[in-house]
Amino acid sequence: MKRIALIGMPNAGKSTLFNRMSGASAKVANWPGVTVDLLSAKLLIAGQMAELVDLPGIYDLHGFSDDEQVVRHFLCNNSIDLVLIVANATQVDRQLTLALQLKSLGLPAVLLLNMADEAKQQGITINAQQLGEELGYPATLLSAKYGQGYAETYKLIESELQKSEAMPTLSLENDFAVDQAVEDKLEQIIRHSVDVPVQAGHSTTEKIDKVMLHPWLGLPLFFGIMFLMFQAVYTLGAPLQDSVAWLLEGFRDIALAPLLSGLPTLLNSFLLEGVFDGVATVASFVPVIILFFLFMAIIEDSGYLSRAAFLMDALMTKMGLDGRSFVMLLMGFGCNVPALMGTRTMRSRGLRLLTMMVIPFSLCSARLQVFVFMTTALFAPSQAPLVLFSLYMMTFATVIITALLFKGQFNSQEPFALELPPYRFPTTRQMLLRGWHEIRHFLRRATKFITLGVVLVWILTHMPFGVEPASAASWSGWIGEFMSPILSPAGINPELTVALIFGFVAKEIVIGALAVIYGLEGSSLMQGIAQQIDWVQAYSFMLFTLIYTPCLATVATLRAEAKSAWYTALSLAWPMTLAWTISTGFYQTARYLGY
Amino acid sequence: MTTLYSLSALSPGQSATVQALHVDSGFQFRLNALGFRIGKPLELIRIAPFNGPLHIKLGNTEVMLRRQDAANIEVLM
Repeated sequence: MKRIALIGMPNAGKSTLFNRMSGASAKVANWPGVTVDLLSAKLLIAGQMAELVDLPGIYDLHGFSDDEQVVRHFLCNNSIDLVLIVANATQVDRQLTLALQLKSLGLPAVLLLNMADEAKQQGITINAQQLGEELGYPATLLSAKYGQGYAETYKLIESELQKSEAMPTLSLENDFAVDQAVEDKLEQIIRHSVDVPVQAGHSTTEKIDKVMLHPWLGLPLFFGIMFLMFQAVYTLGAPLQDSVAWLLEGFRDIALAPLLSGLPTLLNSFLLEGVFDGVATVASFVPVIILFFLFMAIIEDSGYLSRAAFLMDALMTKMGLDGRSFVMLLMGFGCNVPALMGTRTMRSRGLRLLTMMVIPFSLCSARLQVFVFMTTALFAPSQAPLVLFSLYMMTFATVIITALLFKGQFNSQEPFALELPPYRFPTTRQMLLRGWHEIRHFLRRATKFITLGVVLVWILTHMPFGVEPASAASWSGWIGEFMSPILSPAGINPELTVALIFGFVAKEIVIGALAVIYGLEGSSLMQGIAQQIDWVQAYSFMLFTLIYTPCLATVATLRAEAKSAWYTALSLAWPMTLAWTISTGFYQTARYLGY
Repeated sequence: MTTLYSLSALSPGQSATVQALHVDSGFQFRLNALGFRIGKPLELIRIAPFNGPLHIKLGNTEVMLRRQDAANIEVLM
């Protein structure tokens, strides 16, 4: 099978092209010589199967960041038939460096000048054919986002792939020796084939930045936008969740329950109250998650995140972190795992470890489900979004405490420069793809952890044989009782304790587990919980859920990225301690104040 | 009449050309890739709140750069 590698600088639109070429078939895979997972997709091109690999965005093949090393190791350890160099056409004057570096390695490649639409808008004209001739690689203009020029690009890739012979793996790291001639060549090519108007500016971007990066308004606007976003996710998402839960409840009562009624009681209970109730409760939150990621996609693709880094860098520096750490925290609101991987762009180990230490406090979308569930159950609709927002603020509070406490251990003096791309709006296609990606991600987790989790919870609550489910006599009752001296000061009862234990694997299991423990589903589950605990206990439970530990996947990533058992142990023990202290502190104070 | 300055000495709105990068080779690769090359014109657009990073425009690229790192870039005005 032929192998095609995608290489480009950050913000060149590499992933957009990857998504367009692969449809939605991308898979994560391991590669020789590379310790991290890379996205790849198999596609039928030029009459044969080829493997398309998306490499991390890099500025330079000689750079020292982990991402740059990943690309180097990949090129050294895997044979490659064709490299697709993706460059931002509006910045071809500097992005061509990567192409020249690859040329000096003798790799077969084509140059894809992406964002041709933006270049045209700005009056930048590029003679792709001439540029390609001077460079020694065929070049073409396209817009991966809107699809103009894509058909021609595809044909070019096909014909080049047929011509190319697999390049033997590069044997030596020395092949990457710095070539000073690259710079001169770059200037020459640009002079000959690119025409940039003197006043080429992103005037819209400049206007937006005047407001968004305003010295006094910038930060309040940032928090305002965040608040509105969470408010929107809640206001739109809660009714959606409710409808899906209602549909699933209907399905259960009308179809599933009669169907399973002939089965022995225990098996019936296992399938209906164990597997179905557990998984269905979790599944009802899928719309909330999709909605959340649609908003995240807009914010991520808009270019606003790097502005957030700009606004927050000075404050983050005081905590031993930097603007990138802040962006990764925001990415962590989606999922902690990619956020942890995003720290690979940091060269300083101290900075990287400190950032990875705080990312797990980021209120990820899985924890969001637990909180939407609990706030809907125990708070008035007008209060719920505020409660939710307060938990997001809690993320920042725990980050500040942690960073200040540990910044002495993880010192860094790393210089830091970050590109601020022009504001862009994602296309509907991009947003739909993102939504689909999240559904798939959920289904994968559902089949792996969530089903297994709820099955285990069912066993714990229904064993030994014949006990009243989830009563003190059941196994879950024993565990809850055993843990109660530790967790009752925080107001967390035995039922919630069992849910928390399973939350270690994945936070989605928490609500699935609650459904199984209480033997209820949908709105009746919310009512059941509201009858048993009050808002102080619920908030303490939410604080604990937020802080105590990220999911198993995050811990595994943390360990793989940090490559240190000591560090992994610390990043498990510290949040646990902090969670107990904050929850207990909150619970006892609230009770003391008479709530 | 032109004078050498450190990039961190510019005020928002001022333009200059890059003259020298006094940084380690790793960071120099990154700066080069972002467009900081000798002779390239740039403009300081704004400075972030709390004495934060500088917002710099080089050709068609906009970059944020910390003050202490900008201090190691020499520019001609």
